Amino acid sequence: MDRTIAIDVNRLCKTYDSHKAVDDLSFQVYAGEIFGLLGPNGAGKSTTLRTLITLLHPTSGTASILGHDTVRDADTVRTLIGYVPQERAIDRFLTGREHLQLLGALYHLSKDEATKRINELLKLVDLENHADRPAKTYSGGMKRKLDIACGLLPNPKILFLDEPTLGLDVQSRLRIWEYVRMLKARGMTVVMTTNYLDEADQLCDRLAIIDGGKIKTLGSPVELKIALGGDIVSLTLKEADRIPSLEIELKGRPAIKSVRTTTKGLDIRVESPEKALPAILDTANRLGCSIEFIQYNRPRLDDVFIAHTGRAITESIPETESAS
Amino acid sequence: MEHYWQEISALTMRWVRRLSREKFSMLFTLVQPMLFWLIFFGNLFQRAADTQVMQAPNYISFLAAGVVVMTVLNNGLAGGVDLLFDKENGFLERLMSTPIHRTSVILSRFIFVMAITSMQVLVILGVSYLFGVHPATGILGVATILLIGMMFGVGLTAISMAMAFSVKSHGDFFSVLGFLSLPMIFLSSALVPLSAMPGWMSFLAQFNPMTWAIDAVRPLILSGWTEALPHVGMVILVMLVFDALCLYGGAKAFRRAMG
Repeated sequence: MDRTIAIDVNRLCKTYDSHKAVDDLSFQVYAGEIFGLLGPNGAGKSTTLRTLITLLHPTSGTASILGHDTVRDADTVRTLIGYVPQERAIDRFLTGREHLQLLGALYHLSKDEATKRINELLKLVDLENHADRPAKTYSGGMKRKLDIACGLLPNPKILFLDEPTLGLDVQSRLRIWEYVRMLKARGMTVVMTTNYLDEADQLCDRLAIIDGGKIKTLGSPVELKIALGGDIVSLTLKEADRIPSLEIELKGRPAIKSVRTTTKGLDIRVESPEKALPAILDTANRLGCSIEFIQYNRPRLDDVFIAHTGRAITESIPETESAS
Repeated sequence: MEHYWQEISALTMRWVRRLSREKFSMLFTLVQPMLFWLIFFGNLFQRAADTQVMQAPNYISFLAAGVVVMTVLNNGLAGGVDLLFDKENGFLERLMSTPIHRTSVILSRFIFVMAITSMQVLVILGVSYLFGVHPATGILGVATILLIGMMFGVGLTAISMAMAFSVKSHGDFFSVLGFLSLPMIFLSSALVPLSAMPGWMSFLAQFNPMTWAIDAVRPLILSGWTEALPHVGMVILVMLVFDALCLYGGAKAFRRAMG
């Protein structure tokens, strides 16, 4: 694929004392995509992110943002990126507008330019009416919106979001998703960490599953699910003696990857359900097999995660592993 | 350079704004507990303290110099607290991910702490004045007192920031702070001259930079330039060394914390 590379991570390692937080990570993020780093707490997502935004120096390996090294050209990198930290990084005594004004000065914007951008951003995140109240009066969702506005103030080429919806209610969460999609539509590259599978599935164009500081797998959510072997159609037949003939007939048909007999019927792995389902039903009709029950299972990202890390994302990392 | 100035003034304004939002905190920042030392302690020991030993007309005029430097001590040691909270809630990371000069955040804090300390010192001297303590060296003397205070304050604030960047939690920070400040006061010439202390205490007190600061501020208030000048010269030297050490340690801690 011939796409512009926005971020290039090459054999990145970060070691704390003897603990390897990030272990030989390499990946690329294309310009204009939403890229997700998915993994349980302590997997190395935040360490990777903080290296990319120049806050951490890698122990070995390199990372570059739009061709600029995060260590050698840190100052250039900082002008190209926006960052939305995981914690609500809010000064409770400052108003929303004052937060943005402070950052405006830190990005060296002129007063006029800053005022213009601040008004636009306040409108974008729906905080216009609350802009002049101290942030301590904000709800969790409002604080998050302010966080995002702060991240967008420099008009970044790449926006980094660390766990953007952690601890938010469902509505605020959907709202944040909307913003992220809108930013992508405007051509921004977005890199986010998350430990919510549905979030990664919904938002990310491509994602890397990280565990124990290593990338376990990388691809688009659809690719990752297909790589597991595709969707499964489970048939239960009324007459069990018809199973072998149906199995023979279905094997090798286009869109059908594999067929496996079960006690009462067949489990059929299919590539695309649109083609496979009619073919399966046609064949069953032709052979006069009456179907008692049909179930269609789409592999979820949860299945992908379990397949690559050996556990569900909600399970905490075993003590020995996190301590080593 | 223009950028640097823009950063520092915006960051300093943030500290000012925060203080102005907290009306109570602002009131207590100016009318601080140090005043109680001056007013209550100073008057309480008026008769108990021997003016021969103190070499001062009365105890409160002796104590004024001590309270001035104690104010500097408390402000300095607490100077890193807000950076500690910034570190804990991620605000510092947000600031450091912007293209600012790495020292801007710290420098803005120094400027703010020094400004507040100077104002408090002036309040202490003002209240002392009401109790009849008139600085013998006049306005220029007061300016010299402020200079000494700031030189001591810079080092202390650097220690405080170094701690803020190194500790695991703010609980640790406040325990160390509480542990440091009282011995610093008792093992100095703030309350009693070294000559009136038990031997082991006066021995330890002479290594306390606070003692040097007080011994210079006191003649500026009580005696006059001829007596004060050698002490002032000495304390400036001592403070240059003290500040250099503290700033070196602070810079190391900052670099370690900020990668």
